[in-house]
Amino acid sequence: METLLQQIINGLVQGSVYALVALGYTMVYGILGLINFAHGEVVMVGAMVALSAIMLLINSGLPPLLVLLAGMIVAATACMALGYAIERVAYRPLRNAPRLAPLITAIGVSIVLQNLAMIIWGREYHAFPQLLPNSPHMLAGAVINEVQIIIVLAALAVMAGLLVLVHRTRLGRAMRAVAENPAAAALMGVDINAVISVTFMTGSALAALAGIMVSANYGIVHYYMGAILGLKAFTAAVLGGIGNLRGAMLGGVLLGLIESLGAGYIGDLSGGFFGSHYQDVFAFFVLIAVLIFRPSGLLGERVAERA
Amino acid sequence: MMNKKQKPMIQEMIFGNPSSRKAWFVFAALAVALLLLPFATEALLGRGWVRIVDFALLYIMLALGLNIVVGYAGLLDLGYIAFFAVGAYCYALLGSPQFGLHLPFWVVLPLGALLACAFGVLLGAPTLRLRGDYLAIVTLGFGEIIRIFLNNLNAPVNITNGPQGINMIDPIRIGGFSLSGTHELFGITFSPVHLYYYLFLCVTLLVIFVSLRLEDSRIGRAWMAIREDEVAASAMGINTRDIKLLAFAMGATFGGAAGGLFAGFQGFISPESFGLTESVMVVCMVVLGGMGNIGGVVLGGALLVLLPEALRNGAGPAQQALFGKTLIDPESLRMLMFGLALVLVMLWRPAGLWPSTQRRRELSPDAEVAHQEQESVYDAAK
Repeated sequence: METLLQQIINGLVQGSVYALVALGYTMVYGILGLINFAHGEVVMVGAMVALSAIMLLINSGLPPLLVLLAGMIVAATACMALGYAIERVAYRPLRNAPRLAPLITAIGVSIVLQNLAMIIWGREYHAFPQLLPNSPHMLAGAVINEVQIIIVLAALAVMAGLLVLVHRTRLGRAMRAVAENPAAAALMGVDINAVISVTFMTGSALAALAGIMVSANYGIVHYYMGAILGLKAFTAAVLGGIGNLRGAMLGGVLLGLIESLGAGYIGDLSGGFFGSHYQDVFAFFVLIAVLIFRPSGLLGERVAERA
Repeated sequence: MMNKKQKPMIQEMIFGNPSSRKAWFVFAALAVALLLLPFATEALLGRGWVRIVDFALLYIMLALGLNIVVGYAGLLDLGYIAFFAVGAYCYALLGSPQFGLHLPFWVVLPLGALLACAFGVLLGAPTLRLRGDYLAIVTLGFGEIIRIFLNNLNAPVNITNGPQGINMIDPIRIGGFSLSGTHELFGITFSPVHLYYYLFLCVTLLVIFVSLRLEDSRIGRAWMAIREDEVAASAMGINTRDIKLLAFAMGATFGGAAGGLFAGFQGFISPESFGLTESVMVVCMVVLGGMGNIGGVVLGGALLVLLPEALRNGAGPAQQALFGKTLIDPESLRMLMFGLALVLVMLWRPAGLWPSTQRRRELSPDAEVAHQEQESVYDAAK
């Protein structure tokens, strides 16, 4: 029973991070219909920039919480600029190009970002300083520490904020209009390019936040951390139904839970034949199964085959 | 219908028009150049480069196989390297001390291709209902699943030897003639890299020939019809499910065969060679070179293998010459340049370096065509 609760806690924490990253994928996909393969690297850049900013400020005598906040702001700003630049350089010129062309530029951008990060920050693992109180609490036999609670709460708050932004504001309405029909939106006076830029910047800010959360949770930053995280988050977005905000949130949390429960129980279920290193297999099998029965994801709209 | 008139032009570009004497001359010159290539490379750049050329041929085979799936049928497969892995591991398990089996290459290679084909059908059957990007993520997941299994099937029963991989794989041996030995033929000394070059060249030419014939066949035209418009294709009486499955199976078979050759050539394989990066690289070759055009795909495959190697050899010394010391880790710098090259080439030629005639028509400045293209992008954005 304790392991079950413990796995659920771990899954929720990991799932909140996936959800934040998945939102970035799904927003871009909803508006442009393209997979932003460089998004995982934006998460990594966010974590790295935050680390550098925090290391600069950590000995300045400011309270740790303020240092963390400053790190977040710097990282979010840097990632927003990066997101804007990626869209301008790699995607906008190819908006009317064959469908796979932006995929290749996205792959190119992520190779560039990864290697730039390696040149700037080096190949080694960096320790992410512990800035939040991190005392463990016992909860019905399972351990949960404060960083984890803060991650889940912060993710929830940000997601609620995003839903308000998209569904209650003028900008959000413009985003939905562009997603629905760019040509019609343009005729109604929506500045499509501006909306797309803002979408990339919002997604990138979420990515920066997610990067800081992962780093704070595991205490480690590495130039390669974005690739696998991006892959998982993209899987989560597809699981929930890509292009759908609530789907990305649901998919992220579900994927986190599936992974941690799968890793926790796969050994018992298979009589010790498969160990916890099959956790990723488990996640992908669930994804494939979901897509076979619901080809457009859990919350995705059923899209008629287009003529 | 216009297809039929234009397609032979590509064949002429590659093989030459047999009726004209000039084309025969070009064809003969090309053949001589390909025959002499390994020796010229060795003389100019050293033996290491002959090995790299061998790898380029292997990747060209892979790219041609993927071209059937992505280029002809328009199905984005991000886990294609899994079939390469299946072929390679099939060869390695049946032709190495791992299980003490040393089956001949004649048996193992087709078996690997067949097994890869079966995996292609296994993957394709349940997933072909999915639309474009969903299919992409499922194939990606499939590729990862295969890799994780290869990585972990060493306990409790040791099958794949886990991350250490399989060593001492039998070389490809035709009769009593082992390709991994040095042979003296017609007074010329052939080292293993040369022999493998000729073998790979033959197989690559075979794959090109099959691809060319497929392109012009009923099946090939059905694939392209599905790529352009699936609903219209099925309205024309094409059994879209079977034809798509055939594309998957055919692409997987080529991938599996290339994998077997890879295992025999390398003598050692480990799951590391079959990661997502490799899958993505093969997709890049197809798209960068020019989807659906065999010449383009060959070009893309050759470039994406040779360019990083050239950068590897150039990145360090160039810095030495410019600044007098190594400022940036050459390995990072080379990948950085490679990433930039991918972006720049795609911005410069969105349809690929050497697009198929069909693609060229779609992107021509013809007003009506351009308009349709625009609309389809907006459709996709929905």
